[in-house]
Amino acid sequence: MIKYILRRLIGLVPLLLGISIITFAVIHLAPGKPTDLEAQFNPKVSLEARERLNHIYGLDKPLHIQYIDWLKRLSRFDFGISFTDSRPVIAKIAERIPITLGINLASIILILLIGIPIGVSSAVKEKSFYDRSMTVFVFAGFAIPTFWLSLILMDIVGVRWGLLPVSGIKSLDFDKFTSVEKIIDIVRHLALPVFVSAFGGLAGISRYMRSNMVHVLKQDYIRTARAKGLSERDIVYKHALKNALLPVVTILGLSIPGLIGGSVIFESIFSIPGMGRLFYESVMSRDYPVIMGVLVIGAGLTLLGNLLADISYAAVDPRIKLEN
Amino acid sequence: MNKLMVFGAGIVIFFAIAAILAPVVTPYDPGKIDIDNILTAPSREHILGTDSLGRDLFSRMLYGARVSLLVGLIAVGISAIIGVSLGAIAGYYGGFADVLIMRFVDIMLCFPTFFLILAVIALLEPSIVNIMIIIGATSWMGVARLIRAEILSLKERDFIYAEHAIGAGDFRIITRHLIPNAMAPVLVSITLGVAAAILVESSLSFLGIGVQPPMPSWGNILSEGKSVMGAAWWMMLFPGTAIFITVLGYNLLGEGIREKLLKS
Repeated sequence: MIKYILRRLIGLVPLLLGISIITFAVIHLAPGKPTDLEAQFNPKVSLEARERLNHIYGLDKPLHIQYIDWLKRLSRFDFGISFTDSRPVIAKIAERIPITLGINLASIILILLIGIPIGVSSAVKEKSFYDRSMTVFVFAGFAIPTFWLSLILMDIVGVRWGLLPVSGIKSLDFDKFTSVEKIIDIVRHLALPVFVSAFGGLAGISRYMRSNMVHVLKQDYIRTARAKGLSERDIVYKHALKNALLPVVTILGLSIPGLIGGSVIFESIFSIPGMGRLFYESVMSRDYPVIMGVLVIGAGLTLLGNLLADISYAAVDPRIKLEN
Repeated sequence: MNKLMVFGAGIVIFFAIAAILAPVVTPYDPGKIDIDNILTAPSREHILGTDSLGRDLFSRMLYGARVSLLVGLIAVGISAIIGVSLGAIAGYYGGFADVLIMRFVDIMLCFPTFFLILAVIALLEPSIVNIMIIIGATSWMGVARLIRAEILSLKERDFIYAEHAIGAGDFRIITRHLIPNAMAPVLVSITLGVAAAILVESSLSFLGIGVQPPMPSWGNILSEGKSVMGAAWWMMLFPGTAIFITVLGYNLLGEGIREKLLKS
């Protein structure tokens, strides 16, 4: 097992390098310079001042030198200083990560809690009316534009019915609350965003679960279980489910980039101060160090998620380690 | 043909015809401003109501369908061309090319795609052409993996050996024999890709960095609808429903094709 983990960790190095190259290329090959914005809105900025700015940010050096400099700083987790408020990029991202990860974690749990039963029951009743309706239902979740659903829910649940708060992650008088009230407050604020994000992700897991289950139910050992007279319930929940659940771990890892990417939309709509909103704001204000930092860290989180998924998969399924 | 496929195809064809016939069907010019009829509710004159400049929503929706569908289809076309070429090269030649291309795929898959799209779009100009290219350039990885896997098994088949024996070149074998035979699973991925591309375009337009007004797209109509949400429900309801139903249509069609392929 340790050998397997080590091998996977070494495999990460080229991927991390690739991530840094693509991030760097995306930012630096685009037309315009990071200093343009600072200079553009200020007609007094002379050519010399512009060159001085370029020099401060190292933009007068050749691209490959800039890249290597940046990479050296990255290796020390130094992502530079934000253009907008001169704070270290890493600090800005670090305070946003728990919020985005928390929401995504909550929505993943919700997806699993709803998606797995839907997938299993659809597979058991394959091609029935129930199966067809569930297909349409989960695809409806996938097809509804997140921003549209968010706005409608905000309007109905938040504004018309007044049931849930519609923006931010805590109330204004949050500090006066007792700890129980604080938890309730956060849950109330995050209920809609988590629901919206989970509804969209339902199709992936439940469809995947369904096809695994359909496949497993046709295996020889299920026929054997039937032959020895086990009840259908035991067959489905004790024998088939365990085997069909395994690959779901991998698909969870794969769904991370989509979830993080989707956070841009609902975080801007619900005014949640997470990574998605930080990214959107930085893109709008051309805050290059933050843009690059979020891209690298977002991709890094995906790598980490995939690694964890693969390791836990290898831990429960001994066949994986033996491959290669 | 299964029910999913018929249902999905029905929706897809309906919206495609609506988009193509837009100039014939629409009662008004989609850009015609009518300040006497600002934000009127659906009525006999304006069956879906008017927007905050008095423009006919039904006409804007149909022209918006053209834009949204066109972006979806061309973006997926681009992603299919990149994915099929890279996947075919990786699968057919193997070795260093394969390692290089598949590592590139792995790396691209790490990025939260929407972040990447957002960054590039904002740094370039948010024009309709740029949107198509960027969506295409960030969504080809699945197709590349599928094609590669198919070609890996196809290239060991007898009919390919026969091609080699009669002296066919690599290019001919790849384009005439391998790719056509490997396209079936890609078709599913392409159909689902159109749905995803339409969603991305509408999200970008909604955030104000997609298709730019006055050119209508379902996303930017919604973006405007958001600001008049309390006063004009039709500005939110109709474009949102159109996106929803279209995306659902492409998804169900893709799923239907997948089921059909699994059976055969």
